Amino acid sequence: MKNDEKHISSYSSLVIVLVILLFLTTISVLVTGFHLGAFTVAVALIIASVKVYIVLTQFMHLRFENLFLRLAVAGVFVMFALITIGTFIDYFFR
Amino acid sequence: MGNEPEVSYLEYQGRHKGIWSWLLSTDHKRIGLLYLYAVVFFFFVAATLGLLMRIELIAPGRTIMEPQTYNGLFTIHGIIMIFVIVIPGLAAVFGNFFLPILIGARDVAFPKLNLFSWYLYMTGAFLGVASQFLGSGPPDTGWTFYVPYSVESGTSVIWALTAAFILGFSSILTGLNFIVTIHRMRAPGMKWMRMPLFPWALYATAWIQVLATPIIGITLLMVIAERVLNIGFFDPALGGDPVLFQHLFWIYSHPAVYIMILPAMGVVTEIFPTFSQKPVFGYGAIVISSLAIAFVGYFVWGHHMFTSGMSYYARWFFSFLTFIVAIPSAIKVFNWISTMYGGSIDLKPPLLYAISFIFLFLIGGFTGLVLGSLATNVQTHDTAFVVAHFHYIIFGGMGFSFFAAIHYWFPKMYGRMYNNKVANIAWGFNFVGFNLLYFPHFIIGIQGMPRRAYDYLPQFQTGHVLSTIGAFILITGLILMVINLMVAARRGAKAPANPWHGVTLEWMIPSPPPHENFDEIPEITTQPYFFGSKDKNKE
Repeated sequence: MKNDEKHISSYSSLVIVLVILLFLTTISVLVTGFHLGAFTVAVALIIASVKVYIVLTQFMHLRFENLFLRLAVAGVFVMFALITIGTFIDYFFR
Repeated sequence: MGNEPEVSYLEYQGRHKGIWSWLLSTDHKRIGLLYLYAVVFFFFVAATLGLLMRIELIAPGRTIMEPQTYNGLFTIHGIIMIFVIVIPGLAAVFGNFFLPILIGARDVAFPKLNLFSWYLYMTGAFLGVASQFLGSGPPDTGWTFYVPYSVESGTSVIWALTAAFILGFSSILTGLNFIVTIHRMRAPGMKWMRMPLFPWALYATAWIQVLATPIIGITLLMVIAERVLNIGFFDPALGGDPVLFQHLFWIYSHPAVYIMILPAMGVVTEIFPTFSQKPVFGYGAIVISSLAIAFVGYFVWGHHMFTSGMSYYARWFFSFLTFIVAIPSAIKVFNWISTMYGGSIDLKPPLLYAISFIFLFLIGGFTGLVLGSLATNVQTHDTAFVVAHFHYIIFGGMGFSFFAAIHYWFPKMYGRMYNNKVANIAWGFNFVGFNLLYFPHFIIGIQGMPRRAYDYLPQFQTGHVLSTIGAFILITGLILMVINLMVAARRGAKAPANPWHGVTLEWMIPSPPPHENFDEIPEITTQPYFFGSKDKNKE
């Protein structure tokens, strides 16, 4: 975050984010009732990733940061995606 | 800079006195020494366990211990060596001590967090040792904690898992501290491509520490949860998958090899220019290769699992990437040798150890290609060949680099010179002992000697006898080396500020360094290995 700037999110926007997170948590619980086979983990990870994105951008103020820091954080997720792909090359072709 | 008499960090009296001035110090140099003493202590604990294993294996059948004791010994030997010494060793000791100095800073970004990391480290280390005595007997799973055995073993596996988990936290915090320090605290004028190569190596390492270590933390917790709560992560009977454990374990534990080897490479990269009195060859290539090793190193974990029942395409994928990661490592070797080429070589103990590092690392690296190939891996998997390979990489690489580092920076750290002749003799013992200890494992491994075996067929005895003789030679050299350094720390001749005629920032300040490193933060105007005006840097 730029040192000379402060960003205060409004209560209403924080509450909306909270509601969205709770909604997604409910979805991730309900979805376990469906038999999605090999995609069970993928669906859980997609929902979790959306939640992480919201927390990072809204609660952790990443949307106010400079491009370098945003790219660094994005790089972590790219790394995570690649590791997941590497693991599932085993599972899908076993 | 550094011309006025100043109180060194060793004599500095802050708020606390005596032992508390060490145990509560947030000075990165003192914390570095705290790590050093802990690493040396635990190293000799684990080395003693290794020596006992070698004595047991000098002849087939029972020699000095029962099979279960042997299983406990190789497990705790591995846990201490890997999690307490090899992974944190170079970064925690020399990274803490020299990273701020090398980038022209007064301390790391978060000094209190740094001290907290040391306490976490000590807690984890003692818990690891205590797991030998707590609960229902020493853990016997090996340091890899493979399921299903680690879930079923009736020994104190949970204590050892908890120890590794805590040690992982310490590693993450140290990595985080180093990343922020390097980003935010470099001296004015020290652009990225003016930063010395040991900090570059620490930077690449720190990213692995931060990104990979949480994975092992979660994995170890999952094993604990499976043992305690019967949750089926890895047990097929509960809907789990034992191969998933191997994936998760090696997703961390292979990058962990780079956590320990990248700082080792960084150390020798500092030593070659100094003892050749010429700039490092291919600065940019070394930087890029460090980052490339850190990145590609994430994606080769599957080569530990070729015989696990992993899919054909996954084996192909990981074998291919394993060969790719050899390229940046080879670039570095080329750069080190080219740095020495045509230089004014001064064969002092640090350089002896650094050259030994190249020799041993090459043997470890080339035999790694044997293990990275799908066809030959099947023949050598879980044999003594693997034991030889990883000891050449880990001990020959990280260990000899650690010895190079301590001999290189000792005059700066303690302000005293050690006895060169004794250091050279100790090096001879270490080099000969190391090779005699581990090289026979390549041969008996190819002949079929399994790893972690308590007993063996008589045809392997010659190799085991040679190996045990090597262990005694090596331990002699290690004791000689430590005694030489301990004597020097107390009674050695006073060290000048720049005994090796180095040109990086640590050699521009007094030996030992003052409490806050620099009177004034230096302004950096040149490349880090600029020997063009080396005469003015000499004493």
